[in-house]
Parts: sequence; structure tokens; C-alpha cells
Amino acid sequence: MGEQLPSVPGRAQLHSDTLNRPVQTLRVKMVLLGSSGVGKSSLALRFVKNEFRSTSPTIGCAYLTRVVHLSNVSLRFEIWDTAGQEKFHSVTPLYYRGAHAVLLVYDISKRKTFVRAQLWLRELEKHYIPGSTVIWLVGNKEDLAQNRQVSVQEGERLASDRGLFFMETSALSGDQISELLLAVAHRVYECLGTQQGGLSEWEEYPFIDLHHRDTSNPFSSCCKVGP
Amino acid sequence: GMDEEAQTAHVSWDKATLAPVDRLRSDRADSPTPGLVEGTEPGAAVQKSAMFVHAQSFEDLTAEAEKATGKEENPDESGECAEELQVLVGEKNIEEQHNRDGSPQGRTKEEDVSSETWRSHRKHVFVLSEAGKPIYTRYGTEEALSSTMGVMMALVSFVEADKNIIRSVHADGCKVVFLAKSPLVLVGVTQTCQSEKELLRELHYIYYQIVSLLTLTQLNHIFQHKQNYDLRRLLAGSEYLTDNLLHRLERDPGLLLSAVTCLPLANSARDVVSSSLQAAKAKNLVFSILLAGDRLVTLVRKKDQFLHHIDLHLVFNLVGSSSSFREGEGWTPICLPKFNTAGFFHAHISYLEPASELCLILVSTDREDFFNMSDCKQRFLERLSKRSAYQALKEALKCPSYSMEQVGIPELRHFLYKSKSSGLYTSPEFPFVYQSDEEQERLMGLYQELHSHLHYPTRPLRFYYRCGETENLLAWVTNGFELYLCFSPLSTKALAVSAVNKLLKWIRKEEDRLFILCPLTY
Ligand SMILES: Nc1nc2c(ncn2[C@@H]2O[C@H](COP(=O)(O)OP(=O)(O)OP(=O)(O)O)[C@@H](O)[C@H]2O)c(=O)[nH]1
Ligand SMILES: [Mg+2]
Repeated sequence: MGEQLPSVPGRAQLHSDTLNRPVQTLRVKMVLLGSSGVGKSSLALRFVKNEFRSTSPTIGCAYLTRVVHLSNVSLRFEIWDTAGQEKFHSVTPLYYRGAHAVLLVYDISKRKTFVRAQLWLRELEKHYIPGSTVIWLVGNKEDLAQNRQVSVQEGERLASDRGLFFMETSALSGDQISELLLAVAHRVYECLGTQQGGLSEWEEYPFIDLHHRDTSNPFSSCCKVGP
Repeated sequence: GMDEEAQTAHVSWDKATLAPVDRLRSDRADSPTPGLVEGTEPGAAVQKSAMFVHAQSFEDLTAEAEKATGKEENPDESGECAEELQVLVGEKNIEEQHNRDGSPQGRTKEEDVSSETWRSHRKHVFVLSEAGKPIYTRYGTEEALSSTMGVMMALVSFVEADKNIIRSVHADGCKVVFLAKSPLVLVGVTQTCQSEKELLRELHYIYYQIVSLLTLTQLNHIFQHKQNYDLRRLLAGSEYLTDNLLHRLERDPGLLLSAVTCLPLANSARDVVSSSLQAAKAKNLVFSILLAGDRLVTLVRKKDQFLHHIDLHLVFNLVGSSSSFREGEGWTPICLPKFNTAGFFHAHISYLEPASELCLILVSTDREDFFNMSDCKQRFLERLSKRSAYQALKEALKCPSYSMEQVGIPELRHFLYKSKSSGLYTSPEFPFVYQSDEEQERLMGLYQELHSHLHYPTRPLRFYYRCGETENLLAWVTNGFELYLCFSPLSTKALAVSAVNKLLKWIRKEEDRLFILCPLTY
């Protein structure tokens, strides 16, 4: 069954934007992977709401969405924020299967999370088909540079050795967050957007006949399609 | 009038006859002894369809559950499962360190285990493996306690070797209770007057808490492969769930009564919410649960599938202990151990609005069901908003409880009332005299004592009255309900008895707001 998360604000925004509304919205499945506590959920919250607040460790995974407008297309990021805790590792492959983009996150102030990211990479490489997934190595908590345990060069080297993209971010300060999302958007569209069977189109009203929506929806504030 | 009623009641109490309550009979309770026969008491469901399992034994259930979780539907699952376990059990090149401080709810466990503070905690709980490896301690760190746990395990094996299962040790004003649930051993140590049975009940909860995270199958598999396995690796970051559950055990009457409580809500509004949930069904959806904080708004279940109150409390604990479901939609495997210790369900967990207390939990048997569940939620919301029940629900959230003033029985300070057939209970806010945490916990302790008396294994009492310095207590159990009351110490037994009658009348009058009278199935 097709998924649907119709959002009133998202829709309203798209409508008010009719003039420069892009022709097409494509769905992008993006998965966040990495050790517990590296800041995956914090990055996801930045992507979706541009907020930062302390949250509990993720249980299972969380699904969030955010639309990114490029000049000639809109990408609807469907973000799977997975749990880093070891007891959930057995279910994680469920989430990254079929992902168009993977953010492999580590904490620059904790070396073991960098090592752990390499294990994830090995797992990923077993499953993914080259050319169908864009993988980004993300060194988060760049604001903790004074406690840095992984140098920028190391991150860059690993990325170039394994054909990944690389960026350092801070979910706390917001540094490089929108840059990262935009870079992923461009890269994904470049690699997969025009490819046959690459990205599927998102239909705004997949169930229009079944679900007549009323404009005074009291749940408008719970919708997740971002700005 | 009231006085006359009190008289009648007083006479009848000692024999515990059912006469006074007869007056409470309402049109729907036409049994000869209404209120006292299971299914006609205030709060009992109108139809004979309880939401919870309570009559069947656990063993009956687990046998059934094999079928229920759709084992046959995924014939390849066992193979896949073994592979997943391999990943879990196999040594990793890198041992991930337990990232305690990483979590916002990081525990302050760095307590010296040889200190007086550590010793003086009222209740300790330890979990260890059968090999004697520490898995969990409520206070201090497991590492620091490994020798203590070793001693405990030695004690357990020593007695077991002798074909006696060790149950408890009493020494020095301390009670030590053991629960051996292979592959785990749980130990409770208390300095309170809590009965052995109550402590054992709490240890069972902790056991189920751990099983709900991993499944018993996985636990067994792990320890069969590697007797010395350090389970803390898999439980890392989940200790707070056990901590919180222990806290709830001290404070939440629901865990004591084996029951849950509801958000007070007009019958008509609740029916709309329930039927909207009922309509938003899907093939593999087993339970739809709407919570308002720790209160149940409604629960819709698949026909013939019952939820056990312990499983529901574990879900409450999971949702209530974590802010992780606040953003987006959560999707997590969860084992409901009273339903099936062997497998995972998959729960879609999300709040209706970001700052709302209303949390929707959709439990499916299919791990690929995320988008189906998400669609169910959407359909539920649409129905709800169309029928404007959402506004009523939001209004109800403003008063999630009620005060004793509203009940209007001056001599009565507080009470717990459980309808046995529905598995639901109701209780007012704590009154002014029990405002502090200590006082509330003390009162809960008193209720626990009463509960022990009523459920004493060999000689259960049906009625119990006790005068104390700080309060008078009364407990009464019938086939239909359990009632625990707390009176001012100046109150008399006669007053207490009349208060019970008034209270039962009040509950009957309010039952369609306080209970779920029409539970639905898909
Ligand atoms: N200094 C700093 N702290 C951060 C940053 N990002 C996240 N944190 C903090 O790191 C902790 C963990 O962040 P989460 O986002 O919950 O980590 P996670 O990767 O989602 O963890 P799991 O859900 O358990 O896998 C929290 O206390 C955050 O506040 C950052 O960029 N800088
Ligand atoms: Mg997270």
C-alpha cells in the first residue's frame, strides 16, 4: 500500500507557492545509522524543524518527513532515524533496505563511534547496490572540537577510500545542517532522479476519493512535512 | 435516607451479605446480587466482552499465542531469526562501551556500594544470569556488585542442588526474595514490611520488562550459546525502563491491582473515539490503544485476542519513560510477554499532536506494516475530527482526574476501586494530607498491605478493617470488585460502612464516565 502523510501546512504551503511550485515531487528514502548517542535524532530534528532539544535514545526507529525544494524539482525526504542501541541492531536492516541516501553518523569526540561507523559500512556494503544509494559519512558534534578524537583528515580519508561523501556537522549549533541536507538532495537527484526506476513520484492525495479532507483539520499541527 | 442505609449496611457487614448493595442495582444489573457477581459490578462492561485477559492462565495463553503471532505466515522467519541472533551473540570486533552518561536520563549510579547510603535504600533489586553475571542493579553499578551477585547465585545453586528452590531469606530486619526464571535470576531485598508475595510479584514485573525488550527465545538462545554472556550489552540504554518500572511499582495502584485506569470521558465521546479506532483497522492490526498519559482512553482489539494488564503496563512504562516518540512516528519491535514470550509484535507509536498527552499505539504482527499503520492512524484522525469528538477529548484532558470533594463523602480520604470483570480501576487524586511523595508512597504501602491480606495464599480475607494512628483502613473483596478505602483516624467502623455504600452508589452513577463500558473489537 502506498504511504500517505498528507499534511495541511505542507499542502497549504505548496498551494500558496503555486507560482514557483515545481512540477514534480519525488520521494527520497533517507536512513540515519550510527552508534547510540552520536546525535542521529538531533540531526533529524534539525532537518525537520530546525530545532535542537535533548531527547531520549530512540526506541526502534522514528519516521519523519521534510520536503526540500530544488530549482526544478521537490524532494520529499522520508527519514528513518534508527536506534543505535545494540538490541535493535537485528531490525536495522529492515530500515535501510531500499534507501536512496544513508547518513552514517559518528561523534567526532568519541573514537569508538567512528570505528562503529566502519562496521555499519561493512554491513551496508553487503546489501546495497552501487549506484543506487548515496552514502554520507557525517562527523557530528563538531562543536566539541576541543575534545576531538577523530580528525577531519581521518574522516575525509575514510570517505574517499570507500567512495562516500563527507561532512562534519553540529546538531547543537545547527552548523552545516541545511548545507548537508541540500548537498544530499542535489546528489541524490543527480544520481537517481533521472535514472529509470530511481525515485518514485509522490502523489499528494493518494487517497483523495476515500479520504475527503476537511480544511479545519484539528490535527494540522501534528503534520510532519517541513518548510 | 442515608442513615437508614448505613444501618442496614452495618448489620450486613460482618456476615458480608450482599443486601445493602442491592439498592445500587441499576437497570442493567438484574442479577439477584448485583454488584457482587462478576460482570454486574459498577464498571463492568455492558456486553460480556472484557478487554483484558484475566480468567485464562498464562499457559493457556502462550499456547494460543503461537498461532496468533502469525508464525505460519512467515515460514522463513526462523532462519532469518537465527541469523539475527548470530549477529547479536557473535563477538564483535569492537565492544561497544555502555554509554550510560550518553542518555539524557543517565542514572546517577556512581554510588559507593559499601556505603551506608547504599545499604539503607529501602528496596534493592538485582538481576543476574544463571552463571552469576550481573545484569541489573537498582542502585550502584553492576560491576561493583559482581561479587555480591556471585554470592547470591551461589546461594541459589546451593539450595537448588538440594532440590529445594530457594524462595526467601529473612535476616536482620531484611527480607531477601529470589525468583529463578531461567535464564535469569531475580533478587529483591527489602527492609520494609512488604510481604514476600508482593515482592515476588514485583520481581515478576521486572522479569517481564526484560523479556519485553528481548523475547524469551532470544534470551534462551543467547545463554545457550554463551553461558557467560554479558547481557548488559543488549540492555545498555534500557536500564531506565527498569528503574522507572520499579518507581511505578511503588506508586501506581494499577500495578498493585492488576488493572488499568481510564481517562474520565463522557460515554458518548468515548464511544466515538472507540468506533473511529475500530473503523481504522488493517489486516495484521491486533491492538489499537489510545493513551492519555498513564490513562487509557480506549482499547480496541482483534476478536479473540486479549491483552494482559501486565503487557499493557509494560507499554505504559515504555511510552511514559521515553520522549523518543515525541518526534515523528515511532516504529519498534516489542514483545508482549504475557501474550507470547517467543516473538515480537511491531508497534506504531505516535502522539496525536506534538505537545499532546494523547498517544496512539497500533500493534501489528507484521514488521513490514509501518505504512499500513501510519495509514490507520490517518484514517482514525480523520474520522475523529469529522465527528468532532476530538474537541470533547481535549476538554476531558483538562481534568484527567477527580478530587474527593467531587465524590462528596467527607469521612473518606481516598480509595481504590477495581471492577474485576473489566480489569479497570478508579481512584481519586491524593487529598491534601497525602501531598508529599513520602506520604503518597506510605499510603500506597498501606494499600499493598491490605492487598496482601485479601490475597493471602492460604487464608485470603474478604473483608478487613484496621484502625491506625494516622488513618483507618478498610478493604473488601467480592466476586465483582475489590475496594480499598482510607479514612481519617477519627472515623468509626459504622461510618466507614456507610461510606462504602455511598461510594458504590457514586461509582455506579459515574461509571459510564470512569470506565469503558463498551469495549470494541475489529
Ligand atoms: N555537543 C553536542 N551534543 C549533541 C549534538 N547532537 C546531539 N547531541 C547530544 O547527544 C546526545 C544524544 O543525541 P541523540 O540525537 O539522542 O543521539 P542518537 O544518535 O539519536 O542516539 P540513539 O537514538 O540512541 O541511537 C543528546 O544528549 C544530544 O543532546 C551536537 O551536535 N553537539
Ligand atoms: Mg535517536
